[in-house]
Amino acid sequence: MAATDITKITEKSNWQDLTVGNQIYGAGTSRMFNTGEWRTQTPVFYSEKCKQCLLCVPVCPDSSIPVTDCKREDFDYDHCKGCGICAKVCPFEAISMKEGQ
Amino acid sequence: MAIRERLSGNEAISYAIKQVNPDVMPAFPITPSTEIPQYVANYIANGEMDTDFIPVESEHSSMSATIGASAAGARALTATSSCGLALMWEELYVAASNRLPLALCLVNRALSGPININCDHSDSMGARDTGFIQIYAENNQEVYDNFIQAYRISEHKDVRLPIMICQDGFITSHAVENIELLEDDKVKNFVGEYEPENYLLNAEQPMALGPYAVSNYYMETKMAQNTAMNNAKKVILEIGKEYGEVSGRSYGFFEKYRLEDADYAFVIIGSAAGTSKDAVDALREQGMKVGLLKLRVFRPFPDEEIAKALSNCKTVAIMDRSEGFRGKGGPLGAEVKAALYDYAKDVKAFNLIYGLGGRDFTVEEAEQIFKDLEAYDKDGKEFKEYRYVGLRG
Amino acid sequence: MSYNFKQEMSKPERLAPGHRMCAGCGGTIAVRAVLRALHEGDKAVIGNATGCLEVSTFMYPYTAYEDSYIHNAFENAGATMSGVETAYNVLKRKGKIDDTYKFITFGGDGGTYDIGLQSLSGAMERNHDFVYVCYDNGAYMNTGIQRSSATPMYADTTTTPVGSESNGKMQNRKDLASIIAAHDVPYVGQSTLLGNFKDLHTKAEKAIYTEGACFLNVMAPCPRGWRYPTEDIMEICKLGVETCYWPLFEVDHGKWILNYEPKKKLPIEDFLRPQGRFKHLFKKGNEDLIVQFQEEVDRRWEELQFRCSKY
Repeated sequence: MAATDITKITEKSNWQDLTVGNQIYGAGTSRMFNTGEWRTQTPVFYSEKCKQCLLCVPVCPDSSIPVTDCKREDFDYDHCKGCGICAKVCPFEAISMKEGQ
Repeated sequence: MAIRERLSGNEAISYAIKQVNPDVMPAFPITPSTEIPQYVANYIANGEMDTDFIPVESEHSSMSATIGASAAGARALTATSSCGLALMWEELYVAASNRLPLALCLVNRALSGPININCDHSDSMGARDTGFIQIYAENNQEVYDNFIQAYRISEHKDVRLPIMICQDGFITSHAVENIELLEDDKVKNFVGEYEPENYLLNAEQPMALGPYAVSNYYMETKMAQNTAMNNAKKVILEIGKEYGEVSGRSYGFFEKYRLEDADYAFVIIGSAAGTSKDAVDALREQGMKVGLLKLRVFRPFPDEEIAKALSNCKTVAIMDRSEGFRGKGGPLGAEVKAALYDYAKDVKAFNLIYGLGGRDFTVEEAEQIFKDLEAYDKDGKEFKEYRYVGLRG
Repeated sequence: MSYNFKQEMSKPERLAPGHRMCAGCGGTIAVRAVLRALHEGDKAVIGNATGCLEVSTFMYPYTAYEDSYIHNAFENAGATMSGVETAYNVLKRKGKIDDTYKFITFGGDGGTYDIGLQSLSGAMERNHDFVYVCYDNGAYMNTGIQRSSATPMYADTTTTPVGSESNGKMQNRKDLASIIAAHDVPYVGQSTLLGNFKDLHTKAEKAIYTEGACFLNVMAPCPRGWRYPTEDIMEICKLGVETCYWPLFEVDHGKWILNYEPKKKLPIEDFLRPQGRFKHLFKKGNEDLIVQFQEEVDRRWEELQFRCSKY
């Protein structure tokens, strides 16, 4: 069976269009929900200061620091909720928090 | 050739379980259903089936583990009675709303308190609105036959709902009767392999089950369940007919016993239908036109079919083996009366309570009730409704 | 099992973003760390007791899991996974599936210490091959910070409110890791969120790849319930360990092992002070409450040291 196309399931869907037993086939569909809008403060990444120690990566509750081949990239602002943990653990001041989105 | 045997109801359903050979059975002992996991564990211990038995620490866990196993892609079942069913209440709803086709072998027993180990239907009747299909049996043969049909109904793509196969505690569960069993290969062919489309262990596609759903989804989810339950009606009839072709014993929603021309009738569930049939036969000998409707399928509730079957009766006694505590009788009474209101308004129906906590129900008592129905109809004699049959004082 | 931090950080994420857990949630950090310990290529079924994690990571139709996932109810995560794991064994034996699956269940302290303890105990005693992970934030946070048996003494919660006649919760917390260890399961580990996560990762990997029922107890602070600024979580976890409030230990096939002994054990005030739920302990006249708290920490720490010294 094909993965559930969750774009077709909304709070306005008819009952016939929901999945049987509210089952979802496929994975990671939460990516389509943007939690970045929740932010009241925003991390800023200074790549020139970053030593790629990656200590910021595991402390992110929102899996919003993408890593490719042992190197972190800029934040996933679609999902980062702006908690500030990453900025606090960074030993090199490569992340700072600014007010607002 | 069918196999002739003499088995108790618990032995019969355990034998059916062995023949179906499901994948996973979690269970916790409770009288009078305890023998079922015992027999199954023995079959497994002797290599006669290769189901995995999970000796869980409670009935809540037995239904929870059954749900887990079913979601994972296994054919799963459990067995229980009375307080065991009450303890798994929450999980009954979860199984149904998740649309998991699992089976529950229920041996009906009174709910506490006071604690009582004997038969009535308060356990399963309390669970009537959980979303389970409910099928009842009069005798050991029907218990066996119902279980063989269970997964075919429950797993049907238009249904996908859990199913409760009910029998009367001690009366059928422990009494040994003659029975006809099907050969193993016939059962195997009839039931078939379980091949779910989606399940947790499907390597092609992960599945997520049991979400939080906001109110915008909840009612739509319930309507989908309700539709599946309605679909079960057609499937139950199809499977009951197909089973008849294999076994010589067909099944529908109910059995009509000498009902066609009956003026006075019972509506009754379970083993007491046998007692009542004796009363029908005795009164027919005396020239009274009496009959009965023995309800097999309580969920989905075949309201229109019941009403039509009773439509030529003058007075009807609806016999409840559980209390509704609404001051007006039990659940069967409420539902059959509602059906009559919709489809056969002219039939006068009374609701009586009998057999609570294993209280004997005798042929003489049944005969008296038929006579009272006639007296009301012919002589306008008051019929004492909502009464407890066989009550002292 | 060596720990290559940067390699581990480069693995595909198994908890997708877009879940609705609060900003700065410790539970989610713990879940990510545990799932990271799964070897690439191994499939998994993730279980979950009702709680914050469940209602936030699988809101229909959004699942945050890259693996199969099952939530059943609050008190039965252990039993539910017992059924899943048993189904796996049967279907594998019958040749219906051939992939390797691992089974990990998450529950908060409400679903684990309290309402789900019976179901967990049963699953542990039957030794199903799965890992149960308690993300312990010391109260029923999902329903709004009510006390649990994991809540430390004197914590201010909504059912043990501090008032003129009350100093918060009156009882000490339950020692769940010891209770599970007493089931004689193959592996029990206690950890929290620290530095490069080597401790939690190593324990999670052991738990996942040790055959039989394994248990992890992970202190996962809740900024809302503990009342501290979200960014301070790692510091708070560290203080939990350095004060010996939350020691790092494991029970590996019956052998008690202390994983970390602070060179200088910090006073418990250092752990309590940053948390708003203990604010009242620092009022004048309440000094003896902190002394009592310290005595309990010391007593448990010494008992743990004694257990670990026997091996």
